[in-house]
Amino acid sequence: MRGGEDQPLAGSVMHVKNYVRFEFQSLPENISFARSCVAAFASQIDCTLDDIEEIKLVVSEAVSNSIIHGYGNKPSGKIVITVSILDKKTLEIIVEDYGKGIENLEEALKPTYSSDPSRMGLGFTFMKSFMDEMEVTSNPGEGTSVRLKRSFLAKDKEAYA
Amino acid sequence: MDVEIKQVRNTLVVRVQGELDMLIAGKMRKEIDEKLKDDKIKNLIVNLEKVTFIDSSGLGVLIGRYKKIAANGGRMYIVGAKSPVDKILFFSGINKLVPMYNSEQDIINI
Repeated sequence: MRGGEDQPLAGSVMHVKNYVRFEFQSLPENISFARSCVAAFASQIDCTLDDIEEIKLVVSEAVSNSIIHGYGNKPSGKIVITVSILDKKTLEIIVEDYGKGIENLEEALKPTYSSDPSRMGLGFTFMKSFMDEMEVTSNPGEGTSVRLKRSFLAKDKEAYA
Repeated sequence: MDVEIKQVRNTLVVRVQGELDMLIAGKMRKEIDEKLKDDKIKNLIVNLEKVTFIDSSGLGVLIGRYKKIAANGGRMYIVGAKSPVDKILFFSGINKLVPMYNSEQDIINI
């Protein structure tokens, strides 16, 4: 994780410039919709096409996790996504489900950990790698929330340095 | 439509189109595994030329088919992966197991 874990929640200290919130059923058909929506909203931030592709990837991973692990592929679950633009250049994505939650969060966050041997266990690795901050909160029986944050200005400066 | 499969001698050629997420990955896994029941098929070529997105569900299907093919003594190749798909394939390290080529023709020329 590149961001400091001891920093306060971004939303509580930074001004939200704009946000969208939407919910949908836990169906694989909706993953593409979810990542396209977030990508379209994120394009308000001055970021590159590569950045947009990475945003699509992390949303896809978080939503797939909710469908597979949170709801055990049952289509009746609810997934809620909130995307916020903070201080013009920072994007915050929160993906929440009300599924079974993660029993052992520490184990689940280990690279290449997977509860299903046919999958690669790369979901959280991608989310951590492509975002500045990742925070997962989960309560068994209640659900899981993944908060992802990334600031885009710093990256541009690096790119043009 | 999203997954087109043809057989050339003992090789299965799979051409995928669109966004390789959980939805298409499931379909692809089912269709390839159905064909792999035929013992004559040894090798697998997956053409990702028309794939514009891949996530860990898509990678999972590729790695799973690689394990099956390798266990049977066959070879698997990935061809035509372009940005941003190639970047994700390299990031995952799958290229260390499954050789990647620009086109199906490149494999015929090996």
